[in-house]
Amino acid sequence: MTTCTEHQGQVPATVPAYSRPQRVTQARVLRSEWTKLRTQPSTAWALASAAAAIIGFGVAYSLLREARPPHGAAAAGAFDPAAISLAGVQLAQIAAGVLGVLLITSEYASGLIRATFAAVPRRLPVLWGKAALLAAATAAVSLPAAVAAFLAGQSILGRQHLAVSLSHPGVARAVLGSALYLAVAALLGLGLGALLRNAAGAISALFGLLFAVQIAAGFLPGNWSGEVGKFLPATAGQAVTTVHPDPAVSLAPWTGFGVFCLYAAAVLGLAAMRMRRGDA
Amino acid sequence: MIEINAVTKRYGATTAVSDLTFTVRPGVVTGFLGPNGAGKTTTMRMILGLDEPDSGSVTVGGRPPRARAAPLAELGGMLDPRAVHPARSGYHHLLALAQTSGIGRSRVDEVIDAVGLRPVAGRPAGRFSLGMGQRLGIAAALLGDPAAVVLDEPVNGLDVGGIRWIRGLLAGLAARGKTVLVSSHLMSEIAQTATRLIVIGRGQLIADTSVAEFIAAAEPAASRVRVRSSDQDALAGLLRAPGVTVEAADGGALTVSGVPAGQVGAAAAAAGITVLELATEQASLEDAFVDLTQDAVEFRATPQPPAGAMPEEKQ
Repeated sequence: MTTCTEHQGQVPATVPAYSRPQRVTQARVLRSEWTKLRTQPSTAWALASAAAAIIGFGVAYSLLREARPPHGAAAAGAFDPAAISLAGVQLAQIAAGVLGVLLITSEYASGLIRATFAAVPRRLPVLWGKAALLAAATAAVSLPAAVAAFLAGQSILGRQHLAVSLSHPGVARAVLGSALYLAVAALLGLGLGALLRNAAGAISALFGLLFAVQIAAGFLPGNWSGEVGKFLPATAGQAVTTVHPDPAVSLAPWTGFGVFCLYAAAVLGLAAMRMRRGDA
Repeated sequence: MIEINAVTKRYGATTAVSDLTFTVRPGVVTGFLGPNGAGKTTTMRMILGLDEPDSGSVTVGGRPPRARAAPLAELGGMLDPRAVHPARSGYHHLLALAQTSGIGRSRVDEVIDAVGLRPVAGRPAGRFSLGMGQRLGIAAALLGDPAAVVLDEPVNGLDVGGIRWIRGLLAGLAARGKTVLVSSHLMSEIAQTATRLIVIGRGQLIADTSVAEFIAAAEPAASRVRVRSSDQDALAGLLRAPGVTVEAADGGALTVSGVPAGQVGAAAAAAGITVLELATEQASLEDAFVDLTQDAVEFRATPQPPAGAMPEEKQ
């Protein structure tokens, strides 16, 4: 190994002057964050796991339902082939959310955030830059994965004549919505990570928001469960991933997605307030 | 120019910096000295705009640190060389910081060469040695060729060659008219690096002076004579005089100050006392610094109002 001792003899004790104009802009911070995103290994594995979960779980569940097709008219009516092939989104949201959390908590854990904020004293461009790239990267990986899962799933279910086509009303929206849902789940993770500055805490909070509150709402009596449940983050968000959401337990597709976006925006807003004001 | 004006900073119940005022001027290297926990890093965090003072103000080039328009051209800082993403290469670490201000790849390469990181720049920064980490931190601080540079313990973990290199680098920056503030908890280190000296203890200013003055003031009190003889009590009686102190030291020796060693030996010889050991002890700068900080801390600890008398901390 070459140590500093061995080569310091050739190192001049000066750093050349640099007089080019410098200014911080949102676009430049975006480039900087892109450099960080693509050179952080957790990005690649989290996005790869998300894609693997979408396709792998979608294919596996489609094979299962092909082997056990619905019996009787009622079961056939409730059968949702698109949802079956997109079932992996449930699993992929964990990878997307954790990616969002780690994108910011890794900077707090290492102390890198201080170098970042010394370079970007206004701080918030860093959060917006991370958010924009995270949402774009998650959607860019999830959309082809969702299309692949849908096509693979329908070709499996088609062997039992249970498939739907992408041109069927609401189907393309559900496939696109799956990618959008995952992008916003990642933003929710980023917001929680920036707010709590700690990976373990933020991941726990993310699981709480995406899973635990839904389970808790299930204990509410009768139709309360459905009425309250509609507005909970994951239920609201997943309306857009469903071809025919049941109005008793789900909001309309884009309304639900809007509610989910509001949750993410609220958490990011709180995170921005804490980031801008407090000590780094 | 960095100006710290009546700054107080608390973390919970702990007062890290209390009513601190000093100015760091361009063109010289200013040493920032204090024992561990004295508030050096807290002060540097406030200079870098990372922490907000509870009261008082910090300005860099006349402006609050967070109002910098060209941050990396106005101020460069290194707080913790371990503050990198462990899996990201040194090169990409620097590139990401440079890109925030539109600084290009050629400048990143130039700085990597200047600090001698070329052979390791492509490796994950988490696997850097402490010395390489320091160089990476210094490279980050110098990316924008800033008018002011703030480095927290930059020679920590460096070998002798590395320390010499940093001294040359800092002197070169000062010669180019830059404001340079370098912290250390070791006086000997600062004495060879800095021209000006800010000393703090328990978050309070103890000295704002030049290194030369500090050394000159420290020296007269610093030389003492250590003596062991066949009759310590008699010798002590002979030496005691106004302006001379005689104290028992370890190993049955006496420590005498105010009299040169030759005079101690002559007094013993005249009285027929056998001298077993006679030596002049040059108290180090380190001792002078420790004495100074301890005295100041003890002296200042009582008359200061308690932390509770200050305005409430904002969260």
